[in-house]
Amino acid sequence: MLREITIGQYYPADSVIHKLDPRVKLAGTLVFIVSLFAFASVEAYLLATLVLAAVIRASKVPLKFMLRGLKTIFILLLFTVAFNLFLTRGTPIFHFWIFTVTKEGVKTAVFMAIRLVYLIIGSSVMTLTTTPNNLTDGLEKALSPLRRIRVPVHEIAMIMSIALRFIPILLEETDKIMKAQTARGADFESGNLIQRVRNMISLLVPLFVSAFRRANDLAMAMEARGYHGGEGRTKMRPLVYARRDKLAYLAMLLYLIAMFFVNRIGFFAGIIRW
Amino acid sequence: MGIIKASKLAFDYLKMDEEGKVESKSRAIDDVDLDVEEGDFIAILGHNGSGKSTLAKHINAILLPTEGTLYVDGKDTRDESKLWEIRQTAGMVFQNPDNQIIGTIVDEDVGFGPENMGVPQQEIWQRVEDSLKKVGMWEYRDHSPNKLSGGQKQRVAIAGVVAMRPKCIVLDEPTAMLDPNGRKEVIRTVQELNRQEHVTVILITHYMEEVIEADKVIVMDQGKIVMQGTPHEVFSRVEELRGYRLDVPQATLVAHELQRMGLPLPDGVLSNEELVCELEKLQRHVQLS
Amino acid sequence: MSIRLEHLNYIYSAGTAFERQALNDIDLEFPDGQFIGMIGHTGSGKSTLIQHLNGLLKPTSGRVLYNSEDIFAEGFDLRRLRSKVGLVFQYPEHQLFETDVFTDVCFGPKNLGLPKEEIEARALAALQQVGLKEKYYKMSPFELSGGQKRRAAIAGILAMEPEMLVLDEPTAGLDPKGRDDILDQVAKLHSERKITIVLVSHSMEDIARYVERIIVLNHGSVLFDDTPREVFRHYRELEQVGLAAPQVTYLVHELEEKGWDIPTDVTTVEEAAQAIAGTFKSMSQR
Repeated sequence: MLREITIGQYYPADSVIHKLDPRVKLAGTLVFIVSLFAFASVEAYLLATLVLAAVIRASKVPLKFMLRGLKTIFILLLFTVAFNLFLTRGTPIFHFWIFTVTKEGVKTAVFMAIRLVYLIIGSSVMTLTTTPNNLTDGLEKALSPLRRIRVPVHEIAMIMSIALRFIPILLEETDKIMKAQTARGADFESGNLIQRVRNMISLLVPLFVSAFRRANDLAMAMEARGYHGGEGRTKMRPLVYARRDKLAYLAMLLYLIAMFFVNRIGFFAGIIRW
Repeated sequence: MGIIKASKLAFDYLKMDEEGKVESKSRAIDDVDLDVEEGDFIAILGHNGSGKSTLAKHINAILLPTEGTLYVDGKDTRDESKLWEIRQTAGMVFQNPDNQIIGTIVDEDVGFGPENMGVPQQEIWQRVEDSLKKVGMWEYRDHSPNKLSGGQKQRVAIAGVVAMRPKCIVLDEPTAMLDPNGRKEVIRTVQELNRQEHVTVILITHYMEEVIEADKVIVMDQGKIVMQGTPHEVFSRVEELRGYRLDVPQATLVAHELQRMGLPLPDGVLSNEELVCELEKLQRHVQLS
Repeated sequence: MSIRLEHLNYIYSAGTAFERQALNDIDLEFPDGQFIGMIGHTGSGKSTLIQHLNGLLKPTSGRVLYNSEDIFAEGFDLRRLRSKVGLVFQYPEHQLFETDVFTDVCFGPKNLGLPKEEIEARALAALQQVGLKEKYYKMSPFELSGGQKRRAAIAGILAMEPEMLVLDEPTAGLDPKGRDDILDQVAKLHSERKITIVLVSHSMEDIARYVERIIVLNHGSVLFDDTPREVFRHYRELEQVGLAAPQVTYLVHELEEKGWDIPTDVTTVEEAAQAIAGTFKSMSQR
């Protein structure tokens, strides 16, 4: 049931966060991530945690879904922590074989881990509360100034949204072709290199053929429905900022200011402690 | 003049070699004359490769005639300045339901055509609602098309065309990839559009059961129109149809078989109801004599 | 050879929010040499079921027995089973990938590790069995017409010399003549080469014309499993699960309702014509 997988993993719910303009959510995610890197202190991270928790609650998306994204970066997380833990020079705490763990190492490792985890959760909040198309619309609008330097923003956004629609279909197709070739005795799991390559060809050729056929059909269908690029096109869901969007921007600004001050307190406190 | 008028229409598919020179030509439609009245329900039958899809693509100006002319609502399809008007007048629904839905949500997809036409936002929503209600898919407006059945997807595709307010809809084998229930859904929807909204329908298919209610049936073979007339007229020529790789409804076959056994039944029986009616007449006749 | 399904259950995406029971306690026997039709509305579990017959899907619980051997037991050679149970998927032409038709048909036997002469002999025989003309053998599969591509794809399965051929809607998208041609070829394989056939189809008319036994699936369970005559006797129940009987069955039922003395266990055009003609004959004799 590969078709059940939706790229961008949108979780439908009726919440303030869902209703926000996608541009606000894009900006918010950016602000949040930047703040994690700009203000690295225990106090600042406490505030960031509070804000993140509040946003997650307001989004009405179960925490379980937010944490799902972490699975994919687990290895990366492990490596980052290990690197920082063992390779940071400073005051040694203890030795272990050829490794030396330092006070600074522990600190950067923990901070890096938090940054990574929050980065993923933060962007999950965005993708879980925004439909892929809404997100594409947001990007298109946010990047529209680039049109002046002849970046085909509308076309890029259209390509993205079509990709979003066809990825699940092509995934399902991959599954089907793989099964059909397995029924012909192909083996995608074992065998030597040459056999595997040959078997991959039996999957990739039909998949490409099918993708081209679909692309051809789709282009024709779009043309038949009068598509001729972004010019003269209207939007059924034009992005217009509502009051809550303006409030959200204000909240972001307040968050940044608060982070700045909390971080300074943290900075002084940090000097005393370390 | 009818809404669609073709005269001496011909189209060649060109096969190019690597340098872009014409290697070979194959004539996909040949000397086709067609005159469709507004509000008609026309069915075009033909085996795969008979040229019926090529003809359909001309009506929407996706393909342009090699020879002859085609007028859609009085506009010559070769006139490039009228291209978008023609595409809006004659909407098109294709065979593969997956490959013609552009939006990731049903209502978004239906709005795609009106967006392209530059319809104001308020009106787009009005049109989306109207057309989704007409095809009975309004409850699914916020669903992902990937989770709909084949028949539902095709109804969404039809709604997408209806939202462009066309005078004519061309459906190119819309039921070929559907199961029997999906096929019924789609045909019922198309019939309703024709009867209630008076949209001209050109239905291309090779399922005979779908055409028995058409005003006119056209049979194509090797790019030419080889038979045309009412369903009764066309389906009374069972052997000829078989020669064109086509079939007839089972009721027609039974009647044909009974005729061969010597029962005096009329030609061109189309449905069970008609056959029962004819057999009843015959029975009374036998009992009287 | 025979295949038996015992208490087969299959659950999609078990343990997630999308969990769905696709097959529910299926007990079925596919003995040697039968021509079996399988019907059921979309989503009734037909496709899931047939993928168990050659071990492409592993049941959540229950067993699949090939000649009373459990196919998921340790050491069972699934690849050999797949050559014995040929599975032709819907739109099989989408799996064609080689540069020419002949090489593509060789793919299956090549995977079985056969010697070159044997591979080519089998491919040739398979292409002849599906009635594809020799001039197409060296052509790219993408140059063929829809019906020819489908034959080439079916030949690709036949070249593995299966004892059982499972076809999932082999006529989808073909024109009437193309449909009849494919089904006639399949029937020939059954009568001449004694291959067991499982035909999944939405067309009750096709099913009635060819098969000797019909399995009806509904919501992942077996609803009926009997001869066409018996199964279509339940046409009202079939309608309730989104299916139907052949048109001619309705015809004779309508006549019976009008008071005709006519047999109603009719499933094909020929039978219907015979039944009606017979009724007229007895009428005029009276």
